[in-house]
Amino acid sequence: MSTSAEASRAGTPEIPDSKSRAWGLAHHFESFAQQQEASYLGMWLFLVQEIMFFGGLFLAYIVYRTGHPEAFTSGSHELDITLGGINTVVLIASSLTMALAVWAAQKGRSKGIVVFIILTILLGGVFLGIKTVEYSHKWHEHHVPGPHFEWDGPDAPHVQMFFNLYFAMTGLHALHMVVGMALLAVIAVWAWRGAFTKENHNLIEGIGLYWHFVDIVWIFLFPLLYLLGRNGV
Amino acid sequence: MSAEPTGRTHYLNADYGVKSWLLTIDHKRIAILYLISITVFFALGGLMAVLMRLELATPVGDMVQPDTYNRLFTMHGVLMVFFFLLPSIPAVLGNFLLPLMIGAKDLAFPKINLASWYIYSIGGLFTLWSMLHGGVDTGWTFYTPFSTAFSNTYVISTAVGVFITGFSSILTGLNFIVTIHRMRAPGLTWFRLPLFVWAHYATSLVMVLGTPVLAITIFLLGLERLFHIGIFDPALGGDPVLFQPMGWVYSHPAVYILVLPSMGVVSEIVTAFSRKRIFGYKFVAYASVAIAVLGFLVWGHHMFVSSQSPYAGVIFSFLSMLVAVPSAIKVFNWTATLYEGSISWDTPMLYALGFIGLFTIGGLTGVMLATLGIDIHVHDTYFVVAHFHYIMVGGALMGYLGGMHFWWPKITGRMYPIFWSKLSALVIFIGFNLTFLPQFLLGYLGMPRRYHAYPEDFQVLNVMSSAGASILGIGYLIPLVYFIWSMRYGKRAEDNPWDAFGLEWETSSPPPTHNFLETPTVSLEAYDYADREEKRRAAEVSASGAVEPG
Repeated sequence: MSTSAEASRAGTPEIPDSKSRAWGLAHHFESFAQQQEASYLGMWLFLVQEIMFFGGLFLAYIVYRTGHPEAFTSGSHELDITLGGINTVVLIASSLTMALAVWAAQKGRSKGIVVFIILTILLGGVFLGIKTVEYSHKWHEHHVPGPHFEWDGPDAPHVQMFFNLYFAMTGLHALHMVVGMALLAVIAVWAWRGAFTKENHNLIEGIGLYWHFVDIVWIFLFPLLYLLGRNGV
Repeated sequence: MSAEPTGRTHYLNADYGVKSWLLTIDHKRIAILYLISITVFFALGGLMAVLMRLELATPVGDMVQPDTYNRLFTMHGVLMVFFFLLPSIPAVLGNFLLPLMIGAKDLAFPKINLASWYIYSIGGLFTLWSMLHGGVDTGWTFYTPFSTAFSNTYVISTAVGVFITGFSSILTGLNFIVTIHRMRAPGLTWFRLPLFVWAHYATSLVMVLGTPVLAITIFLLGLERLFHIGIFDPALGGDPVLFQPMGWVYSHPAVYILVLPSMGVVSEIVTAFSRKRIFGYKFVAYASVAIAVLGFLVWGHHMFVSSQSPYAGVIFSFLSMLVAVPSAIKVFNWTATLYEGSISWDTPMLYALGFIGLFTIGGLTGVMLATLGIDIHVHDTYFVVAHFHYIMVGGALMGYLGGMHFWWPKITGRMYPIFWSKLSALVIFIGFNLTFLPQFLLGYLGMPRRYHAYPEDFQVLNVMSSAGASILGIGYLIPLVYFIWSMRYGKRAEDNPWDAFGLEWETSSPPPTHNFLETPTVSLEAYDYADREEKRRAAEVSASGAVEPG
């Protein structure tokens, strides 16, 4: 019998000997490899549920777009393709800096992690800033769904449906970015304090996957909301 | 509670105080937290069922107002489905047993596990708050346009409660999948896993894939109600029927979240009390996964009469009948396991056998309902009510109680009284059938669901049903009393009181905080009772052989 068995008989709780275990390895894992695999699989599963979550919105979009293509096209014409295009570039750039932060973590360079995460947060901030400008334009043009919605052209209810979905989809996407940026800020502080090592940087890889996922959602949203039906304008 | 006479430290006495429970990351303590919470919600949901059955004892609506009755059946459904049945086996028994069964120290993400209980509780508080302020009357499915445009009740706060609780379900499922993939003891291959674990794997897949769809549907419903924008409101350009497939893409698979873990429990109990390896292990394991997958393809059978095309109806009818195949595989394999087994009639076995019988009735009436012609005749009648109660109560709940009786000695280290527990199984079986068999007839005769009054012709069957419900209620009170009693006065349980197979029985009862003093290694197939018997006999022979010459 091991010493922990004797300890438990003596009445002390069985806490694994902290000195015998590497720092950062949770009590219920055998090795860093196991902890890492568990952490990645967990993140991938979380992203799977995110896909199903956004999937419901995409379903609603497909159903209503198929039913009312003209209204959706005219709604789509109201969106600012330049601002949307710039935002797409900004977001892809933030994915690059996120990937570089993960690369720095793999090399064990704490300062590199901090720098690249701060850049990622800044680019995320630029994206949200531009999004705010777009939202405020819609507000002034009375294109925000609800009692103040105004539309001069035909089929106002379904144009409003387009804006319902536009705000629901981009709003939920923006909310995911805010959450991601908050998590990144925490991780930047931890990285500054040197919490991550070559062996143990699961959190950075995990948040990286999350950030890329949020990015990919936008890669689908941009053509669906801004581009579809605009050819030949 | 006093310390054990031997002074052994286990997860229950390792630490005392409120904080040691509310901040615990031990999966076994979190299971206990869930057990207490779901029991409260079960009692509340049960109380509403009692009130409904009292009202239905007479044909005229004399006890409650029609509006009150609408709130009663809605809150009964919401509480029972989202706050009792969905977390029942996974979050209590699954949480407690999964790491033990696979020889792990804990689930892969202990803190997420605790967080999921808090998320569940916050969702529960939202729902309770709505109940205290007058409840909600939309039915547990929140169908639009009633829920968005017409209902004046607390739809939003209840829906928010369900939305929040959904994430506890997602996190539990995620935790289970990762744990089963990454935390198995050395030698524990996929096909040596107990079928309880396979069932929970399949359940977790549905939780992770299905629940977010419900979440987004409720999100849209909330947007529409709060900001008066029209996703589902036809006056604003929306389509109220769109809510139905979006809701049922989750809510039908949710039925399999309820019943799959129960099937896992029954697989464990049937082998343990037949002292035989389960018949067709791989078939039972794959059947769980098949049910989980097929469950996502049958939502349309809820929409046979809501403007779905007849061709889609035919396809959904066929797909729904396909679910009967893996379900039947399980029932046949349990039966074949019983054949020539040495069966003992302990309490868990009584519940498991009850499950098999009641689930079979529930499943076969499900095939009837999947048939287009019959469904149109009995749609929204008591036939449907009886059918899904046979699955959810006769199936899921019987399995839950069977599992509680099977693993109670492991969870608490105490035995419950044998006589009373067998009596409870009998009372519940009789009470359940008396409650719901008449409802099949009522539905077939044309009594619609969700009404507080009915024509006098239906009274005899309704009185039978109400009488059955009161017997059923007493049946549930008995275990509640003796389980609590046994925690203090029950006989101390051995480590393996049923002489059953599985890693959870190899550690002490109750288990130590980290489950095993040494990580176990697995070298045997699951449920290899025959091999174990042979080894024991060989050991006896060699022992007596060693004595004789002396």
